[in-house]
Amino acid sequence: MSVPTDRKYLKSHEWHKRVGDVVVIGITQFAADELTDVTYVSLPKIGTKLNANERFGEIESVKATSDLYTGVGGEVLEINDALNHNPATVNTDPFEAGWMIKLQPTNPGDLDALLDPAAYVKSSGH
Amino acid sequence: MLKRTPFHAFHTTCGGRMVDFAGWEMPIMYRSIVDEHVQTRNSGSIFDVSHMGRLYFSGKDAIAFLNAVFTRDVEKMKVGQCRYGFICNDAGGILDDVIVSRDKKQWLMVVNASNREKIVAHIHKVRHDRDYDFDLSDQTEATGMIALQGPKVIERIGGHLEAVANLKRYEFVSDTFMMLIKYTVSRTGYTGEDGVELILPAKMAATAMKMLAGKFDRPDATLKPAGLGARDTLRLEAGMPLYGHELSETIDPISAGLGWAVDLTKEFIGAAALKKIVAEGPKRKLIGLELQGRRIARQGTPIVKDGQVIGEVTSGTLSPTLQKSIAMAYVDAAFAAEGTTLAADLRGDHNPAVVVKLPFYKREK
Repeated sequence: MSVPTDRKYLKSHEWHKRVGDVVVIGITQFAADELTDVTYVSLPKIGTKLNANERFGEIESVKATSDLYTGVGGEVLEINDALNHNPATVNTDPFEAGWMIKLQPTNPGDLDALLDPAAYVKSSGH
Repeated sequence: MLKRTPFHAFHTTCGGRMVDFAGWEMPIMYRSIVDEHVQTRNSGSIFDVSHMGRLYFSGKDAIAFLNAVFTRDVEKMKVGQCRYGFICNDAGGILDDVIVSRDKKQWLMVVNASNREKIVAHIHKVRHDRDYDFDLSDQTEATGMIALQGPKVIERIGGHLEAVANLKRYEFVSDTFMMLIKYTVSRTGYTGEDGVELILPAKMAATAMKMLAGKFDRPDATLKPAGLGARDTLRLEAGMPLYGHELSETIDPISAGLGWAVDLTKEFIGAAALKKIVAEGPKRKLIGLELQGRRIARQGTPIVKDGQVIGEVTSGTLSPTLQKSIAMAYVDAAFAAEGTTLAADLRGDHNPAVVVKLPFYKREK
């Protein structure tokens, strides 16, 4: 398994990419494949304040429902509304078009504590 | 160590994602559950169902025994007929839902993989207690079983198996294919589509499947492999119960809305209890629910009315055919009428849900 090297990860399969001052969050291809066909993604309201390692939403597939976590604390600036109509984008393009939320991090240093790509791949056992 | 079916190599070749299902290594899916579901509704799919138990009965008391444990009257069955029904405990609770078929010199009972050991133990106990004289042969691991399901299946395989085109629903025939492979084919299935189920000797299973189905890897193939994930969403749309979800030892066939598969004019284990339930009316009923929105109510989700819990979901999914969130649930009989508005408690959110008629999906004939 290979994952993009331009971001950091949680063991629970969320990726975090720094773009300027903002952190973009989504889930990995591995997680999307495990879930199978995604049917619904529940995301927080814009303006919601989240702590590091807090649940920010949930994702449902034909097979299962899972919580979504953020590895960094901050305020939700934007959510990916397109997932409302096309939740399957998470299956087809989880690292780009299937992004979920953008955060204004409270403490950008949170990102450094997350797993680097190699550590994430190792943690997922693939 | 998980048991493997005769089609294991086939699953690997086709990229099946294998999981533990009742002690068997089975494909949950090959491509995508939704893709396999749609393929079955529009054209056809091949499912490995070899994990289902295949028990054969013969001998002097086979009929008396089957009539003692099965909810249908087997004496009324003709050679070549299959009947769906139940094996119940004394309280009328369902030990398993099974299909019994009558052949010339023997009877076949197909049982759920998860219940096979329990049912075999039950058979031995009843035989011992009532001193019946019959032979039981468990052929599950000596044979393989595939389900071919979908609107184009009969046309596609009719050329190979002439007997198939003449089979009516719930009929079967045992024959020999290419003068070599003994098989049994029945016009049965678990998807809501037309189709057949085939039982073959384990050694011949893979060869026969290749001959029957041809190439699966072309995008426009008439028949493609489908896994247990699609089998589950297909049967749910078709309103068919699954043991461990809609059926269990504490649920009776009357409450499950399956009284049509119970013959109370004859004696069998559980009959007295079921007569009482029919007379008094079941306290809870199995219903279909259509939820507002796209969230899925899964097994165990509480069903509420005016803030009170009045039932529980047994199965739910986002219907690939209807593109609606659907579920089956048991609710207090007072709230089971079609059109009743209830709510599914989705982790604290009360999501509106309306009682609808089962099945959710019915094929055009």
